[in-house]
Amino acid sequence: MTTEPAPTLIRPAEASVAARRRLPPELSILGVMIGMMLLFEVLGWIFVGQSFIANPLRLKIMILQEAVIGIIAVGVTQTIIMGGIDLSSGSLVGMTAMIAASLAQSAGFTHAVYPGLTGLNPLFPVAAGLFCGLLAGLINGGLIALTKIPPFIATLGMMVSARGVADWYTDGQPIGNLEDSYAVIGSGWWPVVIFLAVAAIFHIALRYTRYGKFTYAIGANPLAARVSGINVERHIMVVYMLAGLLSGLAGIVQTARAISGQAGVGVGFELDAIAAAVIGGTSLSGGVGRLTGTVIGTVILGVLTSGFTFLNVDAHYQEIIKGAVIIAAVVTDQYRQRRRRSV
Amino acid sequence: MLSPSTAEVVRQSGAVPGAEYLLEVENVRKAFPGVLALDNVSFRLKRGHVHALMGENGAGKSTLMKIIAGIYQPDSGSFRLKGQEIRLTSPLDALQYGIAMIHQELNLMAFMTVAENIWIRREPLNGFGFVRHDEMRRKTQALFDRLDIGVDPEAEVRDLSVANRQMVEIAKAVSYESDILIMDEPTSALTDREVDHLFKIIRTLKAQGKGIVYITHKMNELFEIADEVSVFRDGKFVGEHQASDVTRDDIIKLMVGREITQMFPKQTVPIGDVALSVRNLTLKGRFHDISFDLHKGEILGLAGLVGSGRSNVAETLFGVSPATSGTIAVEGREIAIRNPGVAMDAGMAFLTEDRKESGCFLLLSVLDNMQIAVLRDKYVRAGFVREREVEALCQEQKTSLRVRTPDLAEPVLNLSGGNQQKVLIARWLMTHPSILILDEPTRGIDVGSKAEIHRLISELAAKGVAVLMISSEMPEVLGMSDRVMVMHEGRMTGIVDRKDATQVKIMELASQ
Repeated sequence: MTTEPAPTLIRPAEASVAARRRLPPELSILGVMIGMMLLFEVLGWIFVGQSFIANPLRLKIMILQEAVIGIIAVGVTQTIIMGGIDLSSGSLVGMTAMIAASLAQSAGFTHAVYPGLTGLNPLFPVAAGLFCGLLAGLINGGLIALTKIPPFIATLGMMVSARGVADWYTDGQPIGNLEDSYAVIGSGWWPVVIFLAVAAIFHIALRYTRYGKFTYAIGANPLAARVSGINVERHIMVVYMLAGLLSGLAGIVQTARAISGQAGVGVGFELDAIAAAVIGGTSLSGGVGRLTGTVIGTVILGVLTSGFTFLNVDAHYQEIIKGAVIIAAVVTDQYRQRRRRSV
Repeated sequence: MLSPSTAEVVRQSGAVPGAEYLLEVENVRKAFPGVLALDNVSFRLKRGHVHALMGENGAGKSTLMKIIAGIYQPDSGSFRLKGQEIRLTSPLDALQYGIAMIHQELNLMAFMTVAENIWIRREPLNGFGFVRHDEMRRKTQALFDRLDIGVDPEAEVRDLSVANRQMVEIAKAVSYESDILIMDEPTSALTDREVDHLFKIIRTLKAQGKGIVYITHKMNELFEIADEVSVFRDGKFVGEHQASDVTRDDIIKLMVGREITQMFPKQTVPIGDVALSVRNLTLKGRFHDISFDLHKGEILGLAGLVGSGRSNVAETLFGVSPATSGTIAVEGREIAIRNPGVAMDAGMAFLTEDRKESGCFLLLSVLDNMQIAVLRDKYVRAGFVREREVEALCQEQKTSLRVRTPDLAEPVLNLSGGNQQKVLIARWLMTHPSILILDEPTRGIDVGSKAEIHRLISELAAKGVAVLMISSEMPEVLGMSDRVMVMHEGRMTGIVDRKDATQVKIMELASQ
């Protein structure tokens, strides 16, 4: 047997798996998204007499408010594909928001958290936020890989503790007066650009790199992955570290956008992120999922919120319907998997 | 035909004392997709007797037991319980007819007490529907006294030793006032003293007129406890004998007496230098003191019964469960194999026993399944997989191994067992191993694929690859191996040269 590929033996039709014409699974979810938008469009004309879609400002707000959740969903999706889960992402957003904001206060602001550290180059708060997220992710991954406790429990603990850190950091006081150079990160379309860039980078990583292949393999069958020579423990730590890093990034974007750090920020984000992943076709049993689906899932959550607000639907009803949509997505996912298994 | 409830009433009234045979099964046939598990098998169990079932792995013993216990339904054949024609549709059905099975893998609920486990679904209740724990304890104690079992009814099952769990299982079966007890290798996890206790219980049950079906691989037990013995081979019944009339050698001959009909394309190749040298390898609780040399171009068969530690040795060699002591040297260089990565760096490859559990990534594509091992250190540039090259390589493997799949993007889930196995073999061939460990390389796959895999193994050996092949199939071991190493209960009982290897010889070493 030779390592040299023998391209002449291969018929062009078989040459590339990627080139195979099979409809991508995201297509159906994309259809759901478009359908929803059209539904709101119709309901809009009937009930409020205006267009839902032909309103750039509304669409911008819709996407902006989901960008932070989208950023953490990129990390959360990867933990789920690997057969895990990350419940700590929302709390990590809160924690890193506080830490980053405390280092991003305007020069000379006398009531700053660290009066001696005001007016810093925005690189410092950004680096601090990212580092704290990374560290928290390392703790998550280390607990899961080394003590073998279920990811649900490990990240649940982190969720509670990180929220505690966020509250303790300034005794619950908001951190305001942030530098303009820092606030730029959250202004205009930047949050959306960051979200899409992050999603694109990790989409490529999952699809084309060894990192991605190993992530799917561990999610599909951790034992087989181990027997195939993959250092499963190390890979688990890497993936959770990256998820933590992305939570840190989301915390930075969040504070820059709000131009203040609030300890309560990001509450419930982890569930929205998981919902986005699941709506986008990621299977909670691991081994299956794509970031393109997660991006669409995130947008769907945004469309729902934005659409109901547009129709003046009471916020409580919004939550009820959102819950139903998430459940519908999981039920469909289960059904799809059962059908695949019975083949 | 009696309904189960009627049968129970009849049984409890003791109205049918007669019938010499508790159970008569005739001409039972059972086919699974691709396998005829039982071919016109008959079996009879006398009141107050212990009837042993013997045969190699896969001979059909377990299938027959599962039919008797109502877990499987036979495709055809008759089934008479104390002279009455019956048909079982579920294990619960069987229980109500008085047939209880004690499974090899114990089926107790670890976090419940002994008493709760025994009386599950039949808890004594008070007028409000609450469980009467005191009554349950009393009944359990009475049961244990009868069987001379010294286990606390209130203990949680997870705190019990394997032997005690076995006792609880037996007590549970007896608590159904069953007439027929099926025991599937009950002593596989017991010490000699515990076995003696078990046999005492079995004799008590015999004296009470119960019939016991006893599956075992152990010859000495057969002669100690059994009255009759039935031997199975390849899904067929080969004979019933009085245990007192036969010798150990008779039984072994009956068990393995088949001719080797398949031709194994084993090429004779010159045996090279030592590739793998194992000394005093031990994994506490699994196997002890294993020493052997594996040469380039050699196929070393590893035989033994299930549970003899064969697979554990393979897993330890590959670093899946690292050794507690002993040494492994590859090409004369001693290495500490802490994980599979180290083993792969040393040129090893390991095809595991359980395709679904530790081999395939069922949800992933054929391509992903094939390429995963080679991506560890090859075909990756700056983290990116060199897709075109790997794909071409996989395509080449697919063609040369004749993997039947529409294309490489097909989920491996949709492939047949034989083709899944070929995908896994391709995974390892792509790493160009110098030492290949195969655990049951042809289990559960069709004859055609089997022959192809045998030919492939032989070709690899001819190219100088050192092969360690575990197999439960005697013809495969004898047909393919240059030497056969035999294990029994975690110890190596011998290494036999090809020219001296016979089924009887190996069976003797494997059952000691």
